[in-house]
Amino acid sequence: MNTKILKYILFELLRNKFIILYSLILMVMSFSIIYIGQDSSKAVITILNLILFIVPLICLIFGTIHFYNSKEFIQFLLTQPVNRKSIFRAEYLGLSISLSLGFLIGVGIPVMFYGFLLSGMYLVLTGIILTFIFTAIAFLSSVINKDKVKGIGLSIIIWLYLTIIFDGLVFLIIYFFNDYPIDKFIIILTSLNPIDLGRILMLLQVDISALMGFTGATFQKFFGSFIGMAISAVFMLLWIFLPLAVSLRMFKRTNF
Amino acid sequence: MIFKLHYIVFTFIIFIIPGPVLCKDIIVCPDCEIRSVKEAISQSANGDRIIIKKGIYTENNLSIDKEIEITGEDFPVIDLEFKYQGFIIKSNNVKISGLEIRNISVNYMTDLSAIKVENSENCVIENNVITDTFFALYLANSDGCLIKNNKISCRAMSESSSGNGIHLWKCNNITIEYNETTGHRDGIYFEFVKKTTITANYSHNNLRYGLHFMFSDSNVYRENTFRENGAGVAVMYTRNIEMTDNKFEDNWGPASYGLLLKDISRSLIKRNLFYKNTTGIYMEGCEQIQVEENEFKSNGWATRILGNCMNNKFTGNNFVSNTFDVSSNSSRSENIYSGNYWDKYDGYDLDRNGTGDVSYRPVSLYSMIVDKVPESIILLRSFIVELIDATEKAMPVLIPETLIDDNPKMKMIEYD
Repeated sequence: MNTKILKYILFELLRNKFIILYSLILMVMSFSIIYIGQDSSKAVITILNLILFIVPLICLIFGTIHFYNSKEFIQFLLTQPVNRKSIFRAEYLGLSISLSLGFLIGVGIPVMFYGFLLSGMYLVLTGIILTFIFTAIAFLSSVINKDKVKGIGLSIIIWLYLTIIFDGLVFLIIYFFNDYPIDKFIIILTSLNPIDLGRILMLLQVDISALMGFTGATFQKFFGSFIGMAISAVFMLLWIFLPLAVSLRMFKRTNF
Repeated sequence: MIFKLHYIVFTFIIFIIPGPVLCKDIIVCPDCEIRSVKEAISQSANGDRIIIKKGIYTENNLSIDKEIEITGEDFPVIDLEFKYQGFIIKSNNVKISGLEIRNISVNYMTDLSAIKVENSENCVIENNVITDTFFALYLANSDGCLIKNNKISCRAMSESSSGNGIHLWKCNNITIEYNETTGHRDGIYFEFVKKTTITANYSHNNLRYGLHFMFSDSNVYRENTFRENGAGVAVMYTRNIEMTDNKFEDNWGPASYGLLLKDISRSLIKRNLFYKNTTGIYMEGCEQIQVEENEFKSNGWATRILGNCMNNKFTGNNFVSNTFDVSSNSSRSENIYSGNYWDKYDGYDLDRNGTGDVSYRPVSLYSMIVDKVPESIILLRSFIVELIDATEKAMPVLIPETLIDDNPKMKMIEYD
């Protein structure tokens, strides 16, 4: 891989006003949530909701826009003797690392400042993994569509699907098939959505008492165990690498 | 006159002084004249005191039918070697203190115990250490006893092969305080026990219940701590109980309750702390219970009130960081909620009197859905759930109409 390109892209992005703004907004929100909320677990939950909502959206939209905007730069690089794979990787890593840094500063500092150690660590970890996942998806959607507007549209639809529609469908399935033993099926189903995975991993930290109820215990047993953690980690990684692999394939064949 | 004074002094000497002289101390130690507790008991008479020195005594079935006091110095060990049971107290005014009793046999026919009290009054069981028990202290049909400062532990493996720490059956006016029980089936178990005071005990890590009673009216429970018991605390079929300043903590599990109340009526539950339980209070068939000034913190379900509960009053409680504050299996509610603090309350207080101007409905639609379809717990804190709850809160259709707090507090209630 060409580290020079990565370095250039990274520093370029870190000076980007949008990422600084993103970081600042996250920081202001986290600080105010922690400051207003009287106790820590509630604050963690509120920040979690914020992260599950905002991080995927920002990564998708900003990722897509960034990809289209740097099209000329990519074209310029392609005239040089570097292969497409390393350009694509540098673009992806540059963007996801800078967004993660922005997130880390925006949420990590307030959380550490008020000393939520374990749940705070999970919170930051979840956010960073989600950043990597949704940047990958953003790249996929912008590689698929040549048209910028279509690409952004697809990103928004993916976001809408994963944050709201997917859970709605799960809800319906649970509601209609609750006479059957569907616990395991639901575990598999929720593993298919990275946002749900992140949410459940956080729930194991903050809502453990409720999860110990009748059915919750099954979920808790699975996601709380080492195997469950490992499987969710594998699914998360798949959510990064599958979109990346597909979009890299398409990127290699794209005729600029 | 002088003669008369002498006469009085003489009478004093005759009648008053000999009393204590007649009561003797019997000393038991591994190399004394009397080497076994059994022998000491058989040699003793009413009012005697048996002092057991440090050592290990392997004995069994020590039946006490005289009014004596047995005291241990530096915790002598009475080892029952898993053969049978320990002391059986059959007379009044017996005191046992300072002993370490261990290795009680498990028996499926008789309730073997370290100290059993049968049909007697005013016994005192104090400062004992009892380990590896089946039953530890077993009181049957007794009155006015004091059980204080005992440390009772066991390593029970299954509910069927284990006994209770402190077991009372058909007793009155017992005082139980500052005991610690752990590792039994039930930490403290009462059946038909009346007018008893239970103070500052610590019952933890028991297989089933930390405290379990049935048909035990008019008892008072104060300042006890029940922690990490298999199924928390369960109390049933009882009236007039008073539970104040207790702590119910860390009772986790599918069938675990901080406090399970079944068919309890006319009782007071005040200033208790419910912390990190799967369910804080579970009520079934309860009537006229006052739940006041309790703190519900970080529970899964703070209160789960079934539809067959009536006229219970929840006032001045703090509900903080619970996943669900109130849940019910019924769409109607006959209970009164007033003046509680709910951390999920988002109303306003224009006149600044500390009470919110809009009333609060503590049952969320999602909690009702979870009650009906437990699998949907997996969607907890997801966006769709927040959406459903927000919509329902704006236009309540499905959540119980009468379950409402008209005077929700704006700030957490401070107790002194």
